[in-house]
Amino acid sequence: MPGVGWLLLFVIVPAYAVLAIAFGRVNYLFQPVPFWNPLHWNPGYVSAAVSGSLPGGEYWPSIRNTLVFVSVSLMLCLLIGYPVAYYVARHAGRTKSLLIVLLVIPFWVSYLLRMLAWIGLLSPAGWVNGILQALGISNPPDWLDGNPYSVILALTYGYIPYFILPVFAGLDRIDQRQIEAARDLGATPWRAFLHVTLPLSRPSIMAGSALVVLPMFGDYYTNDLMSASPKTSMLGNEINLFVQGGSQIDLGAALVLVLMVILAVGMSYYIIQSARDARALLA
Amino acid sequence: MTVTDFQPSPAAAPPSQRQAPRRGGIFAWLRNPWGQPRFLVGVTWLYLAWALVPVAIAILFSFNNGKSRSVWQGFSIRWWWGNPTQSVFHDPSYTSALMHSLLLAGLDMAIATPLGVLLALGLARWRGRGSGAANSLMLIPLVTPEIVMAVSLFVVFTQLAVLPFTLIKLGTTAQVVGQVTFSLSYVVVIIRSRLASIGTQYEEAARDLGASPIQAVRLVLVPLLMPAILSSTLIVFALSIDDFVVTQYMSSNSSTTTIPMYLYSNARGGTSTPALNALATILVAVTLIGIVLAYLLYTVLGKRTATTEGGLMALTELSGMEG
Repeated sequence: MPGVGWLLLFVIVPAYAVLAIAFGRVNYLFQPVPFWNPLHWNPGYVSAAVSGSLPGGEYWPSIRNTLVFVSVSLMLCLLIGYPVAYYVARHAGRTKSLLIVLLVIPFWVSYLLRMLAWIGLLSPAGWVNGILQALGISNPPDWLDGNPYSVILALTYGYIPYFILPVFAGLDRIDQRQIEAARDLGATPWRAFLHVTLPLSRPSIMAGSALVVLPMFGDYYTNDLMSASPKTSMLGNEINLFVQGGSQIDLGAALVLVLMVILAVGMSYYIIQSARDARALLA
Repeated sequence: MTVTDFQPSPAAAPPSQRQAPRRGGIFAWLRNPWGQPRFLVGVTWLYLAWALVPVAIAILFSFNNGKSRSVWQGFSIRWWWGNPTQSVFHDPSYTSALMHSLLLAGLDMAIATPLGVLLALGLARWRGRGSGAANSLMLIPLVTPEIVMAVSLFVVFTQLAVLPFTLIKLGTTAQVVGQVTFSLSYVVVIIRSRLASIGTQYEEAARDLGASPIQAVRLVLVPLLMPAILSSTLIVFALSIDDFVVTQYMSSNSSTTTIPMYLYSNARGGTSTPALNALATILVAVTLIGIVLAYLLYTVLGKRTATTEGGLMALTELSGMEG
């Protein structure tokens, strides 16, 4: 089982190393010293990271930005993505194959290119401002300097393909006859959708949301590219700053733990909900 | 509702018939906005335009005649080939990023694919203690944000003075290790779904006919898995060449810059020319070619082309997105 060995070596050991660094100390050269024995752990960095992450703390603006940006983007993914997936899965008819191919393309177009595309469009002399000026808005905003709307736009734009595909697959798998049965029993189309299609597609909505939310929480490059301003800084940016910026790997590691705790809360909701859905399907 | 009220509703008919008749205007639409899905058609095509047009524009700007990446100044191929020092195939920083991306992708394919195939075979056979843990271990890289893995590998390679981590320095080796670690899971997912659809009967037949376990795998199972193996190789290629976070954390200096890293560090600078867009276009073209090949191999060699439906499902499966 060399594969399992590889994963143990490069997934589990590094995860423990992050713990050890986060609970470690610095030596006299201010280099982080990991503490391997949990009994010797120094809670200093972790408590600093946690208290900084609570409202009023040093990292709270980043946490708040992260939560706000991710939830707004997720809402947009739902509002745009679900109708698209629904249409392609259930009503597209002859154009379905073409539409699926078109849905898959953005999935495999490099994320960085898709950001690059928006940087070109949103830059001060770009086409977006050109259109706004043509519409009579003489003083268009600077999109690329700490503008939260640009960051939300970019996050939604970047991750929505990861939402649409699983939701599409889920909707496509729904047995047409179940909806027809609801209609035969007198349900209006709207009620059939509300009481049959929507509940049946909920597991895939949950899966799609998880696929979108997980990477968004760790994202730092979208923000760097679209704003590069501390005003819109997210949790991922803080971690990146502490770890790659160099000096405070221990604080970065502690913030990684904060990130994982936030995600663990979300994931447990997801797991409980999917287990409930699975039971409901069996019942 | 009693039986006498029952009206055969139009929606009970097959979908093709349901959409055909168009009855009276806005009221019918309000009564049944989902039945005649013009709203949905609109949303879908608007979404697709929103998703694809910016990319097309970015590609178009690689043919810009001026130095700007946002103001159109006429068509030329100077940033692709014409300019002898600054075009994408002449400027050494572009070509080195391109070569390094290809090198990493090659190494990642060569290591992650065989390792992933072995892991998938092992996990499929492994019953009992530890198999559950190994399964969840395999899924960890898929469900943690990339930055978590990148930070933890970074910590290990820079702070941990224990074998074997001391042998791995930031740079190409660490980049390959990082990329293999996350691509492994994708290989396992693809191979296992194929293994499940093959079933165990062929292998058992081979064993009944006197093949040793190793022979059964080598002579029967591996040829049956070949389409999935080849297409997962290409998926690994696409994952590797598109990867940014892990590759960036594991890099050491400018000689280990890949295309996505180069795009990241130059996208905001005023100095970069449309050659940057050309570089991004190359990246996308290479990825899409890999994916199309993977798709063709998976469907044609896998004899799954009975219906386009099956093929298209394979496409979504390949995208690693099966719920």
